[in-house]
Amino acid sequence: MRLALSLSALVFALLLASLSLGYAPLPPSTVLRGVVGAGDPLHVMVMQQIRLPRTALAALVGAALGLSGAAMQGYLRNPLAEPGLIGVSGSAALGAVIALQTGLAAAFALALPLMALLFALGAVALILLLAGPRGGSLTLILAGIAVSALAGALTSLALNLSSNPYATFEIVFWMMGSVADRSLSHLALAAPLVALGGAVLLTLGRGLDALTLGEDGAQALGVSMTALRLKLLFGTAAAVGAATAVAGAVGFVGLVVPHLLRPLCGARPSRLLWASALGGAAMLLAADIAVRLVLPERDLKLGVVMALIGAPLFLHLIYKTRRGG
Amino acid sequence: MSLLSLETLTVRRGPCPVVDGVSLKIAPGECVGLIGPNGAGKTTLMRAALGLMKHEGRSSLTDLPARERARAAAWLPQSREIAWPVTVETLVALGRLPHDSRAGDLRAEAVLRALDRMGLTAFAQRRATELSGGEQARVLIARALAQEAPLLMADEPIAGLDPAAQIATLRVFQSLAQEGHAVLVSLHDLTLAARHCTRLILLDRGRVAADGPPLTVLSEARLAEVFHLRGHMLETGDGPLLQAIDVLG
Repeated sequence: MRLALSLSALVFALLLASLSLGYAPLPPSTVLRGVVGAGDPLHVMVMQQIRLPRTALAALVGAALGLSGAAMQGYLRNPLAEPGLIGVSGSAALGAVIALQTGLAAAFALALPLMALLFALGAVALILLLAGPRGGSLTLILAGIAVSALAGALTSLALNLSSNPYATFEIVFWMMGSVADRSLSHLALAAPLVALGGAVLLTLGRGLDALTLGEDGAQALGVSMTALRLKLLFGTAAAVGAATAVAGAVGFVGLVVPHLLRPLCGARPSRLLWASALGGAAMLLAADIAVRLVLPERDLKLGVVMALIGAPLFLHLIYKTRRGG
Repeated sequence: MSLLSLETLTVRRGPCPVVDGVSLKIAPGECVGLIGPNGAGKTTLMRAALGLMKHEGRSSLTDLPARERARAAAWLPQSREIAWPVTVETLVALGRLPHDSRAGDLRAEAVLRALDRMGLTAFAQRRATELSGGEQARVLIARALAQEAPLLMADEPIAGLDPAAQIATLRVFQSLAQEGHAVLVSLHDLTLAARHCTRLILLDRGRVAADGPPLTVLSEARLAEVFHLRGHMLETGDGPLLQAIDVLG
């Protein structure tokens, strides 16, 4: 309960900080009135068209990645699992790259996120085909690795064959991940899917708790493994697919956040779900604030900063685990 | 009334049957020992009876919907998995998952009873993953007890426990049976099986080779035929004792 309150307070504070940050310094009262559409029309425009989409997307993408990371770790009973493991983010990236490469993205604003989403769903279909609806967790990981590898290879192929240096440039930058310069239509596209995927993932708590005893133990407690696996796949595909579609590939959130919060949740997978959603939102908001504060004029990419924060944090966690074990 | 009834239960791995046409009934008050050499099909029989694997024939448990089945029978698998460093109390409370989650007090009471029965009350707030192997095994037994299902099925629950804990665990199973529950437990220690079970079922290559009172089942001829063991049961003042002498070639 206290964890929920402190995480919510943290997210709220970071939301306010992120909204207050920009070229024009605005006082908090103007910021809040601008968001709800009151006050100076210019301020309303700045808040609603520029800062709100960016802030909301950072929180949304972070929550999606944190939540699916926690669900994936709970399902595989492995703290090294992350949402990208099943190939959803790799495939979404491939879809985006194809949209950029073919010029579709330039012709139609939402072509890029829509293509990315389409490919994320295609990845899930392919995994189900490979692993079967009743396959165990090992076949699921192997199918995920195969799909990831294929998506990665095709992405490299697209870059390799790219005859247009501008497209190549754009692809490379897109793949670094960012929530800068996104519009309300990006938010409108991603929010319902993240909400849907998140709602599905949050129902998995009971089953993931039971999985602490292994698949046999959980099944004997009345948990259907087939249903759990399907919900996990579709929840992750919707949440992470939509997040990657609008923000590009942002790594480490799904890996590090559940790891950081696990001791605070008494290691219970069900509590870790919502905690990681809040924690992921906080972490990505903080990283996006850092992006704007550290090198405001150089358009530092969110994914790069996240990896720079995430990797040392992860090393520290490994070091702590080693000492503890 | 029976708590488990199997009718010609058969499990095939490829074309060859691992469990072959097993029919049996288990009634309240029984503590049934499932014995047989390695590979006789003990684990497979129990998993199939619970509906955890594909089978032919009928099991009264697989007719039930998943959650009701979990209230009818608790299952203690052989592999002792504790995936996360949760507290012992949290782990034992997982046994209450199939029950109504609104019954908070009932849940806490059942968890305390289970911890008490396995002598783990002092461990309640310890992290389960930091305990020794034998202690973890007892925690997992307590988890199955907390389910408070009429039937408890346990797969080699006393493997790896110290001698006192082995006997204490089987005593708990005995008292469960006396309270009107039923227990089906697979065992390798034939002396303990003979002493603590009300009935033994001997499996040999997937078939029921014998089913009845312990001393009738464990005849010298069956020890030789099924276990390839020369030995006999001694009747002592402290109960039966298996004297194993040699392996038969």
